[in-house]
Amino acid sequence: MNALTSLDRPNSYIGRSVPRPNAKRLLAGRGRYVTDIRLPRMLHAAFLRSPYAHARIISIDVDAARALAGVHLVATGADIARICAPWTGTLDHFKGMTSEPQLPLPLDRVVWAGQAVVAVVAESRALAEDALELISIGYEELPAVVDLDAARQPGTPRVNPSGTSNICFRTQLDSGGVDEAFASAAHVVEEEFSFGRHTPVTLEPRAIVADYDAESGSLTVHHATQTPYQFQDLYARHYGIPEARVRVIAPDIGGSFGMKLHVYHEDMAVVGLSILLARPVKYVADRIESFVSDIHARDHHVRARMAVDVEGKILAMDIHDATAIGAFSTYPRTSVVEGNQVVRLIGAPYDFKSYRAVLEVVFQNKVQTSQYRAVGHPIACAVTERMVDLAASQVGIDPFTMRARNVIADNAYPTASPTGYKFEALSHEICLQRLRGIMDYDALRTEQAELRQRGIHRGIGIATFVEITNPSPAFYGVGGARISSQDGATLSLTPSGEVRCAISVTEQGQGTEAIIGQIVADQLGVAQDHVKVITGDTEVTPHGGATWACRGAGIGGETALQAARRLKANILEIAGLILQEQPSALDIIDGQVVGVATGQLRLPVAEIARIAYFRSDTLPPGTQAQLTVSHHFAPQGYPFAFTNGIQGCYLEVDVHTGFIKLLKHYVVEDCGRIINPMLVDEQLRGGVVQGLGAALFEECRYGETGQLLNGSLADYLVPMAMEMPDIIIDHVETPTADTILGAKGCGEAGTAAASACVLNAVNDALAPLAASINAIPITPARVLKALGRY
Amino acid sequence: MSSEIDDAEEAVRVRFTVNGRKVACEVAPRDTLVDCLRNALELTGTHAGCEMGACGACLVQLDGRAVHGCLMFAVQADGARIDTIEGLSESGAIADLQAEFHRRNALQCGFCTPGMLINAHELLSRLTEPSRAAIRDALSGNFCRCTGYEAIVDAIAAVADARAAKASQEGSPG
Repeated sequence: MNALTSLDRPNSYIGRSVPRPNAKRLLAGRGRYVTDIRLPRMLHAAFLRSPYAHARIISIDVDAARALAGVHLVATGADIARICAPWTGTLDHFKGMTSEPQLPLPLDRVVWAGQAVVAVVAESRALAEDALELISIGYEELPAVVDLDAARQPGTPRVNPSGTSNICFRTQLDSGGVDEAFASAAHVVEEEFSFGRHTPVTLEPRAIVADYDAESGSLTVHHATQTPYQFQDLYARHYGIPEARVRVIAPDIGGSFGMKLHVYHEDMAVVGLSILLARPVKYVADRIESFVSDIHARDHHVRARMAVDVEGKILAMDIHDATAIGAFSTYPRTSVVEGNQVVRLIGAPYDFKSYRAVLEVVFQNKVQTSQYRAVGHPIACAVTERMVDLAASQVGIDPFTMRARNVIADNAYPTASPTGYKFEALSHEICLQRLRGIMDYDALRTEQAELRQRGIHRGIGIATFVEITNPSPAFYGVGGARISSQDGATLSLTPSGEVRCAISVTEQGQGTEAIIGQIVADQLGVAQDHVKVITGDTEVTPHGGATWACRGAGIGGETALQAARRLKANILEIAGLILQEQPSALDIIDGQVVGVATGQLRLPVAEIARIAYFRSDTLPPGTQAQLTVSHHFAPQGYPFAFTNGIQGCYLEVDVHTGFIKLLKHYVVEDCGRIINPMLVDEQLRGGVVQGLGAALFEECRYGETGQLLNGSLADYLVPMAMEMPDIIIDHVETPTADTILGAKGCGEAGTAAASACVLNAVNDALAPLAASINAIPITPARVLKALGRY
Repeated sequence: MSSEIDDAEEAVRVRFTVNGRKVACEVAPRDTLVDCLRNALELTGTHAGCEMGACGACLVQLDGRAVHGCLMFAVQADGARIDTIEGLSESGAIADLQAEFHRRNALQCGFCTPGMLINAHELLSRLTEPSRAAIRDALSGNFCRCTGYEAIVDAIAAVADARAAKASQEGSPG
């Protein structure tokens, strides 16, 4: 006999794979991206960019450009500096970090090749670009610091002449006992890793339309961003406009992955250009501009040592991470969060005490780096998991056995990592068992051994991970950043009995609006298609953090849940008055007020709305129906809701060409309460594929003079359908007790461990050939080099 | 220096049949087809992703074949029949593909989706029952940064199966 589950109740949307209501528009070509927006009297901006990675600006001649018909404004750094306050990308909780103040366009020095120097605003983008060709800038080239290791050498030219070194930030962690643990260890493994710089590559490039109305002194910005509230605050403060007169609208966004929440010089400039002209100004980065001006990420060199005992139990890790970030730190989230998370996440799945790490964040003359999907996780995971495999091989045990001996036991919570991260409840042991099952691990090993006899080199790699989600103010707020960790929702019952939810979490395709609609409908007891969710407009929704760092479901979802419960209470209060019943004796099911005890239909919710809005005279005197509620929720309890999981990879290395064929990928993931299983799976798949791109293809390659050499979609390789495997997914659900909903994030999980899996699998394939790889992307050239064939 | 509007901007009149309707518009000789569709004709469902024929976001049908709108000047399409995502949606020609993409969440941000659908539509008009490998191969000119492709492959395979089943039903005697 089948037991009824919670999903059998009417309107039980939490846990259900419901398609996204807003996806139909996108399928019909009816999306409205910033790229599509055209306003009356709108002009177009284009930027002349520095050809040098580091140079002094000697002269700028813009006369000919200004004279071109159709050109409305040619602006230099000085022109915009008059109205825009500079910004500095430091946060107080990163003690001792430094960064140079930034302006939209530079005054006297350029610090990376591709930096925007002069802006032209014209009737069309093409005309603006024509005018760029008429501008001449005199430069005096300065020594460029290009290489990460070179940047750290004493005596190297300085990226910022006023600074004393190229160090942006340095920090050290030491839980104690490291030297003693290494001295007494049965085995010590060491490795040096290098991780290529890569860039998010959203399919819609960065896009912005700034529209300043001089008469009212108000600014509206249509901005392809994840974080409209953050930008409302920044535009208000840096351009001296009262916050309430700044409106930022983020409509449909063509991908973001963390890239579209940073301050970009061009975007700030466009706001200034609109203020100077008092007309709407549009700027859309073309693809080459995207490559040289979108944030990059993950440029790390890591030295790692691990000590294990004779049984393979991890005793200690000792880490040095050097990362290069560009010529300054990104604003307002900085460029050191990634490195900080690398050194704090290394070793996180494992039960050991002694950990030491040094992080050095250095400047170089390249475009800024900052947070991109799974910030720091892929590096921490690749280092940890490769070290675990190296140790397993030294001890002579299987990678699964090694992990089973070392992961934090499922019954050991709450506990903390040696770096101080507090874990409420994770599920490594059960995830490990599940992965073994879905991979059919023993059969894969048998197949691998058989194929090796025939000269076919397949590899199996696994990688355990821990993911940071639901960040509290500990993430940015404590450092002085005006980036909210709370969210807000305004929920209304409309006169027809439908529901409107305006919420501060945002949608970039991951399904935020869908899950918020599911939660509201579920909690209120109405059909989901009677709930309209509105996001992405600072004028319409309460202020909030929006969607990043896997907070949409956990924090936004809880906000919606609590708001829906409050609205439901208000509806039932009016229902109680109308029906002469205690509200506690009533419930709402499928848009109908029913008796709790009897289940009997009493009154449609629409009728309550009608009476409250149009016949309030029929309600008892003194009744004021509150059918709109605004509610905020800030995470409390644990500073972060950590999630966990494990991935597996099966691949084949062609030892003659160095090509790697991904055969299958596996994920077991625990993101707490799952609101929409299909959307979670698709987040995982998309995340895995971004990690696979990092593992095999993606790298921003620079020449010696600091020029990006592969800044086009033909030269910078991202994963395509043909190269990608099918991805098998399984879940464990360990809800967080910090919220009623119990949801944690899942957006970074795929990316977090995919490249580590591939690294381990390739090394597994190459092991019989006495070759090893310690760098990603694992290009065919690197494979052949490792094999001594190139 | 010249203060005249650039010669490059001097308009040329072109005529197409777009989504079944005859239209004429003024374009600059350097305007690409995708710019013309998006700007002059306000058909913004066709997207520009790389402007070099790599990403497939700008695919439209030109005389029944999928072409990159970014690799062609608008003047080169003079006299052609062009079908965009808007027209294919309204005619119902790809309704089954759209429904299956929706059901399986084979899209996230949606920016690549119109190009994906146009490519999928062309693939299924050439091959009635493509293998998964053939579908993946056919999508090699369409970048998707969000989904990881699997749901897209699943959706196209499911539509191919459904169309084949329908065809065999209709074709079977009695």
